Amino acid sequence: MSSPLLHLIARDLRRAWIGGGALLPVAFFLLVAILFPFGIGPDAKLLARVGGGILWAAALLAALIPIERLVAPDMASGVIDQLLTRGQSAATIAFAKLIAHWLAFAPPVLIAALPASALLDLSTETLVRVEISLLIGTPGLAALALATGALVAGLRGAGAIAGLLLLPLAVPLLIFGAGSLDGGIGALKLLAAVSLVLVAGAPFVAGAAIRAGLD
Amino acid sequence: MLTFDAVTCIRGGRALFEGLSFTLEQGGAALVTGPNGVGKSSLIRLSAGLLNPAAGRITGDAPRALLTEQSSLDEELPLARALAFWARLDGAAGKVAAALDALALADLADIPVRLLSTGQRRRAAIARIIASGAPLWLLDEPANGLDKAALGLLETAIATHRAAGGAILMASHTPITLSDVIAIDLAQLPRQSERAA
Repeated sequence: MSSPLLHLIARDLRRAWIGGGALLPVAFFLLVAILFPFGIGPDAKLLARVGGGILWAAALLAALIPIERLVAPDMASGVIDQLLTRGQSAATIAFAKLIAHWLAFAPPVLIAALPASALLDLSTETLVRVEISLLIGTPGLAALALATGALVAGLRGAGAIAGLLLLPLAVPLLIFGAGSLDGGIGALKLLAAVSLVLVAGAPFVAGAAIRAGLD
Repeated sequence: MLTFDAVTCIRGGRALFEGLSFTLEQGGAALVTGPNGVGKSSLIRLSAGLLNPAAGRITGDAPRALLTEQSSLDEELPLARALAFWARLDGAAGKVAAALDALALADLADIPVRLLSTGQRRRAAIARIIASGAPLWLLDEPANGLDKAALGLLETAIATHRAAGGAILMASHTPITLSDVIAIDLAQLPRQSERAA
């Protein structure tokens, strides 16, 4: 990996962490996981059965939180202009942002899944499956968040539009992610395939959106 | 170092300027003038490769340093570290201290960027240009918000850069002392007033 790329990733990571920015999605993830038992009721068996799916839906919602901070501030402050002038391609910038976003968002969520699974009374076996599927699926979620963030950058009400754009596109991740919790290796493979396609495509979509936003 | 060959710029369906040609040599300087909205900033962004010309060719492969209205420095970082981010990206990490000195910013090196005044930010952005070590400087209204002393520092920095073989393309409506300059008055270029989108 080239050193400018590492340099960009380090900057985005640092900016994600300052002011507790990276903790927000995690707090949101935990909050959603806590709210479901209130809504469903204290039926331990029922919670244990639907808990894995709840964690996946919570991760999906948590991925929405930082979308507006991913690309728009750097476009407004001229940082993207500066990088493009230095000959960095828009896709490279987007790829760096994708990696930084995943590093800021996924590991904390994977850790937060531990207390959340205790709240939902998940078995150790289910917890392991949730963690594995989240590990495979979160790069896809991060890629979607980045592409959406770049597409809506500069729009008014960007957050709401981003949600409308991202959630339908995230359905395959949710289906295969939650589906893999029943122990099917096939669902995990499909989850990995969807995640890979999103990670491979998102930098180019986001890069094109960034370039289109220059005019 | 930078050549415009019959370049036409269209923004939002309107031709800003047409058939613009000039060549910027090593040590040269070009000053773009004209009233607001005539396309000065677009000309700078074309030169930076951020916009594509509607017609004509822009050639030149020298690394460029771009100064726009934003300072593009991370608000939360101390000034020296914010500058060092860009300098390291340019492979010129050692040049930050000298650039701070050139703009009389050495005392502010440890102050977070968000606490700087408008003029200080402007000087910081100019320091970023100096620290980049790029041979071609693209300056969009570099004198905005600068006081008289800072303007003198800017003129000195430009003279030093040109003496070392660097070139400058500048858009400015503030009078600024430049010797031996190519004048590009966009208001004087022939153009069509309207054009279909």
